[in-house]
Amino acid sequence: MSNQMLGYIVVFGTFIAFLYIAFATRAKKSDDFYVAGRRVPTVWNGMAVGADWMSAASFISMAGALNALGYDGLAYIMGWTGGYVLLALVLAPYLRKFGKYTAPDFIGDRYESHAARVVAIICAIIISLTYCIAQVAGAGIIMARLLGFPMGAAIAVGIVIVVASTVMGGMKSITWTQCAQYIVLIVGYLIPVTALCIKMYGHPFPQFAYGDLLYKIVAKEQELNIKPLYIEPFTKMNAVDMWVLTLVLMVGTAGLPHIMMRFFTVPSVRSSRYSAGWALVFIGALYITAPAYAAFQKYVVLHEVVGKSITALPDWVTAWGKAGLIKVTDTNGDGILQFAELNIHRDVVVLSMPEIAQLPYIVSALVAAGGLAAAISTADGLLMVIASAISHDLYFRMINPKATETQRVILGKSLIGVFAVIAGLIASQNIGFIVQIVAWAFSLAASSFFPAIVMGVFYKRTNKQGAMVGMLGGLLITIFYILGVKFGWPTKINPILGIKDQGAGLFGMIFNFLSCWIISAVTPPPSERIMNLVDHLRYPVKLTDEFDSFH
Amino acid sequence: MATVDKAKLEEYHKKNVIMILILLVIWFIVSLGGIIVVRGLNEINFLGFPLGYYMGAQGSIIIFIIEIFAYAKYMDKLDKEYGFAEE
Repeated sequence: MSNQMLGYIVVFGTFIAFLYIAFATRAKKSDDFYVAGRRVPTVWNGMAVGADWMSAASFISMAGALNALGYDGLAYIMGWTGGYVLLALVLAPYLRKFGKYTAPDFIGDRYESHAARVVAIICAIIISLTYCIAQVAGAGIIMARLLGFPMGAAIAVGIVIVVASTVMGGMKSITWTQCAQYIVLIVGYLIPVTALCIKMYGHPFPQFAYGDLLYKIVAKEQELNIKPLYIEPFTKMNAVDMWVLTLVLMVGTAGLPHIMMRFFTVPSVRSSRYSAGWALVFIGALYITAPAYAAFQKYVVLHEVVGKSITALPDWVTAWGKAGLIKVTDTNGDGILQFAELNIHRDVVVLSMPEIAQLPYIVSALVAAGGLAAAISTADGLLMVIASAISHDLYFRMINPKATETQRVILGKSLIGVFAVIAGLIASQNIGFIVQIVAWAFSLAASSFFPAIVMGVFYKRTNKQGAMVGMLGGLLITIFYILGVKFGWPTKINPILGIKDQGAGLFGMIFNFLSCWIISAVTPPPSERIMNLVDHLRYPVKLTDEFDSFH
Repeated sequence: MATVDKAKLEEYHKKNVIMILILLVIWFIVSLGGIIVVRGLNEINFLGFPLGYYMGAQGSIIIFIIEIFAYAKYMDKLDKEYGFAEE
C-alpha cells in the first residue's frame, strides 16, 4: 500500500468516527443544542474543553515558536495555561450558576441592557470568526502538507466535517466528538517525540528528559559560538513585553467565548470547578510536551545537521527542503552547513519529528489526523459561539422572544452552515492577515469580556454605565494601540515600555476594570433585582424563586 | 427555598474571596514572578533543568493544576459547612 493511501485511510477513518459520534448524539431540543442538556460529566467536559481550546496552532506551530523564541516563547505556555486558573476561580462557577446559554446572555442580563448585549455579541462574533478562519486554514495546510491534498479541496473537506459534526446536535454532538478528537490529537502529538525519547534515553518521558538536552544545547551553542543562547531570557522580546504578553494571554484565555460556553454544559457549580481542573490536566499533557519537542528538535539540528556537508544532510532535511519549509543556503560557499545558513519553518518542528525518529509512515499519518482533529474541534466550538450569538442572543433575546424552540434550533443550524462557508471562502484566500488577527483575539477578549463579567460578580455596585464605558472604551483603546503600533494608523504610537501589539489588551483591560469600578461608583447603583441576581450567582444555593427561569 | 441568614452568606463569600486571593498570589508568583527572577533561577538545577526555564515550561502548569483542584476541594468543604452543597 502506498504511503499516501495509508494516510488517507488513517485520516478519513478518524473523520468517519467523528461523524458517527455526531450522528449518535444528534439533538432537537434547544437545551441540547446550546448547552448539551447541561448533563456533560465533569471529566468529559474537561476533555472537551481541551480539544475546544487546542487549535491547529497549538498542535502544529507552538513547538516551533518555542524552538525559535527560546525562553521568551514560554509566554505562550504560561499564558495559555494560567488562564485556566482565572477561569476556575473567578468565572466558571458563576457562569454555571447564572445558568443561561452564552457570555452575551450574562452581560445583557447582569447589566439590564440590550446595548451591552449587542457589544458582547459583536465581540463574540469578531473573536470567534477570525479564530475559526485560522482553524479552517490550518486544517487545509495540514492536509496539503502531510497528505498532498490540494489546498482548496482540503479546506472543502475540513468544512464538511466541521459542519456535519456541529449541525447534527449542536453543543451535544460537539461535546462528544471533541472528546474523541482530544484522544486522536493527544496520541498523534505524543507518539513521535516519545519514540525519539525512547531511542535516546531508553524511557518514554520526553517531558522529563529534555532538561539534560537544554544543557547540552547550550554547551553546543557556546562551542559553535551561536548567539543568543537557547535558554537566555529576553532576547526576542524585552522583559516587560514578555511579562505583559503572558498576563494578557492569561486574561484573554479566560475571556474567550468558546471556552466560557463549555462551562454552561456541566450539571452543577461544583462540577464546573473540577471541570476546569480537568481541562488543564488534558491541556497540560500537550503543553508540557511542546517545549520538549522544541528542545529535541534543536538538539538534533545542532548535532546532526549543523556542521555537516551540504550534500550529505539527513533525509528529513532534504524532504522538507523540497516542500519549501527548510531552506539551506551555503552563504560562505564552504560546503559545510552553518547554523546561520539554515532556515526552518516553525511548523516543521512537529511535522518532521516522525522522520527524525525514523518512524514508519503511519505515524506521520497519525500526526496529520491529530492536527486535523485539533483544528476541527476548535472550529466546531467557535462556530457554535457565532451561531448562538446570532440565533439566541440577537434573534431570540432581542428580535423575536416568542420564537419557538424549533425555530431557534433551525436558525442556529443554518447559521453554522453559512458561517462555515464564509470561513472557508476567506481561508482559501490569503490568510496571513487572519493569523495576525488571531494573535489579537486574546487582547480583545481580555479588554472586553473578562473585566465586565468578573466585576459583575465581585463588585455588586458595577452598573450598566460602568460596564458599557468599560467594554467599549477597553476595546477602542486596545484596537487603537494595535493599529497605532502595528500600522502607524490613524496615528503612530511608539510601543510603551516596549509592549508590542500582542500585549495591547493590557491597556484596555486596565481601563475596563477602572471604569467598572469608578464610573459605577459615581452613577446610580443597579436595581434591587440585579443585587439579588449577584447574590444568586455568589451562592451555590437557591435564595429566591426569582431566578428559577434561569435554569 | 432555603432560608439562609444574610450574615452567614456574607461570611461565606468573604472566605471564598480570601481563598481566591491567596491562590491568585501563588498563581502570580510562580508564573509572572518567575519571569522577573528567571536569570537567578536559571543558575539552579532542578530535576535536571535550569529552574527558570523549568518554571515557565512545566513547573507553573503543574502548580496551576494543583491550585484549581485545591480550590475545588476547599469550596466543597465550605459548601458543606454552610449547607450549600448541591443535590
